[in-house]
Amino acid sequence: MTTLTPGSQELAPPEIQDTPLNWIKKNLFSPWYNALITLILLGLFVYVAYNFGFWAATDAKWDVIPRNLKLFIVGRYPNEQLWRLWLLLALTCGLAGLSWGVIARKAAKLFSKEILIGIGVAAFVCLLIPTAFPNRLLLLGMVGLIVAGAWVGKQLGQAQPGLGKWVSLGWSLLFVMSLWLIGGSGGLEAVSTNEWQGLLLTVFTAAISIVLCFPIGVIFALGRQSTLPVVRWLSIAYIELVRGVPLITILFMGQVLIPLFLPEGMRPDRVIRAVVGLTLFSSAYLAENVRGGLQSIPRGQAEASRALGLSTPLTLILIVMPQALKAVIPAIVGQFISLFQDTTLLAIVGLVELLGISNSILANPQFLGRFMEVYLFDAALFWIFCYTMSVASKRLEKKLNV
Amino acid sequence: MLKWGSLLTATALLVAPITSCASADSPSGSTDGEAGTVATNSRLDQVKERGTLICGVDGGIPGFSFVNESGEYSGIDVDVCRAVAAAVLGDPEAVEYRNLDSTERFTALSGGEVDMLSRNTTWTINRDTEVGLEFAPTTFYDGQGMLVRADGELETLEDFAGKAVCVEAGTTTELNLTDNLREAGVEDQVEVVTFQQADPAYAAYAEGRCEGMTSDKSQLIGRRSTLPNPDDHVLMDVTMSKEPLGPVTINNDSEWFDVVKWVTYGLIEAEELGIEQGNIAEQQASEDPTIRRFLGEEGNLGEGLGLDNNFMAIVVENVGNYGEIYDRNLGADSEFNLDRGQNDLWTRGGLLYSPPFR
Repeated sequence: MTTLTPGSQELAPPEIQDTPLNWIKKNLFSPWYNALITLILLGLFVYVAYNFGFWAATDAKWDVIPRNLKLFIVGRYPNEQLWRLWLLLALTCGLAGLSWGVIARKAAKLFSKEILIGIGVAAFVCLLIPTAFPNRLLLLGMVGLIVAGAWVGKQLGQAQPGLGKWVSLGWSLLFVMSLWLIGGSGGLEAVSTNEWQGLLLTVFTAAISIVLCFPIGVIFALGRQSTLPVVRWLSIAYIELVRGVPLITILFMGQVLIPLFLPEGMRPDRVIRAVVGLTLFSSAYLAENVRGGLQSIPRGQAEASRALGLSTPLTLILIVMPQALKAVIPAIVGQFISLFQDTTLLAIVGLVELLGISNSILANPQFLGRFMEVYLFDAALFWIFCYTMSVASKRLEKKLNV
Repeated sequence: MLKWGSLLTATALLVAPITSCASADSPSGSTDGEAGTVATNSRLDQVKERGTLICGVDGGIPGFSFVNESGEYSGIDVDVCRAVAAAVLGDPEAVEYRNLDSTERFTALSGGEVDMLSRNTTWTINRDTEVGLEFAPTTFYDGQGMLVRADGELETLEDFAGKAVCVEAGTTTELNLTDNLREAGVEDQVEVVTFQQADPAYAAYAEGRCEGMTSDKSQLIGRRSTLPNPDDHVLMDVTMSKEPLGPVTINNDSEWFDVVKWVTYGLIEAEELGIEQGNIAEQQASEDPTIRRFLGEEGNLGEGLGLDNNFMAIVVENVGNYGEIYDRNLGADSEFNLDRGQNDLWTRGGLLYSPPFR
């Protein structure tokens, strides 16, 4: 690094280890108006928290959650076929752990203190979930699978550096497997998409749409940058058309109008129609995000690569896209998170995802008026998924920037 | 099960509905020419062939349609679907339910997404003619009611002089209320407190801002249970508007409409004849020719509908008669304990009347 003159060393600030009391004084109570603001906000916070806590502990009737837990998570999915979903969850957990291990193979320590605490908390939460005892053990097993997968992944990753490709292949296989396991047929009893409900449907539609909208979005972003006029016009027309229409109208069109156009007997599945609608919608937004990334890459990069003799596709794939996508990861993940939340609109067009099943449960005479409890539970589930995505994107950014 | 190749097809169709519009002309032209084939291709045959009935319900109305703890649909609307499935397919569980919002229910029906609607839909002339629907007999005579505190102080609209009523603004509910108050001659003495939305209106009623809260009865019974002390509130014995709710099928398919219509009538007739889920075996052995005909022990009533002659026996055995359905979902055996009121048999002063089965 830069050489330091003796003088600059003298100027280095002394390291002060603030006591907590000092920290509070410095950051919250000085000068006097900050103290006032702190006190007012603290009072407000305590008031709200106290009232909420009081309500949650006394007035709220939480039994609506455990008694309908199966409905919230998988809806009316047949009980005797539930093992397929457990198997799918186990495969996903195992593969997620494995990928984590492979990605972090160069890290000195796989399980840092924070991660160990996180695992402990997750295991504890799994044991507390109000479901039948065997199910809790199964959930605990899932956490164990992630940890074991990570350990195995790290060992394998160190021994076989080229394992990354196989992990991607594993995810593609899992994607196909998930369709087979959830939907059945081909050896398994078929489960109609009408019975895919609750959180299962939310996660399923969101995951498939995310996977599909990414390549489509990238293609439209490139199309919009293209020098071929027809390709450019079509891309612009598509992006602007879709962005000019609310998502709910696209979903309505898919669910209600498409059958009017089609001949009798030709009915694409409703879940597919929903996935297509979500995909078309978010790919237009994603295209604009990616375009932002493409435009942020200095022209010199492409020129340099062409000077080295790379063809246009190679320039795109090897030089421009990696940098462009890296630059817009936060925007893309933001788009994915909002896509995940947008799946709630499916409740309006009659698909029974998490919010739809919640409304049906709320109409049960035994649980009338438990809006707060049910919607808070839904919010918590959504938060878990969205926060996970956000944390994963932060990790990815960090790793790619190193 | 899923063909993901059709994803592509669906994509193409979603972005290019214009092309579909153009091609839609030809099939509609051909249906006019082949009226005979249209008649044989009734929904009834499609349902039989498919083996399941696709029934459009709301899915979120207490007492009418909801999902219970074990994941089964229940409610009075749902029981009508089950009755039709039992009559046509012999199995009350052979129903696929579709949750339909009030905005898309008619398009879903006319688009053929669902075979029938059994969902809070008021029978009006406009819907019967312009929207192109067929309304089967009313299964619930709803009407605007009044929720009051159960202290016995308020029993008629006249008692509201000097009191306040909460109501949602801009709905027909508000107009009906003023009409009825004027009829009762207390228009100027009652304070009508309007709210933009339902939730604040009920909250205001709960806080005592108003002595009465008015809305459709089916809604009031659901809301009543969400009040802090549900037992302190009762529905006043007054009906301020007509809201007949019943199953709906599409126009121009009388074969299918007849089935839905007569199964619904059958539920009412079964109650009138005293045939219940519990006593169906005894009734089948009955000497009464009306009962024997109704249950298909003699005669051929089912034939004309394209059903088995004992279709009503199967329905009552599996779903019960109208009275049982009502009691289970809205009446004495439910959380709501709602009086039969207008929804009683004509013999007991209600509005339910079935044409004879003969």
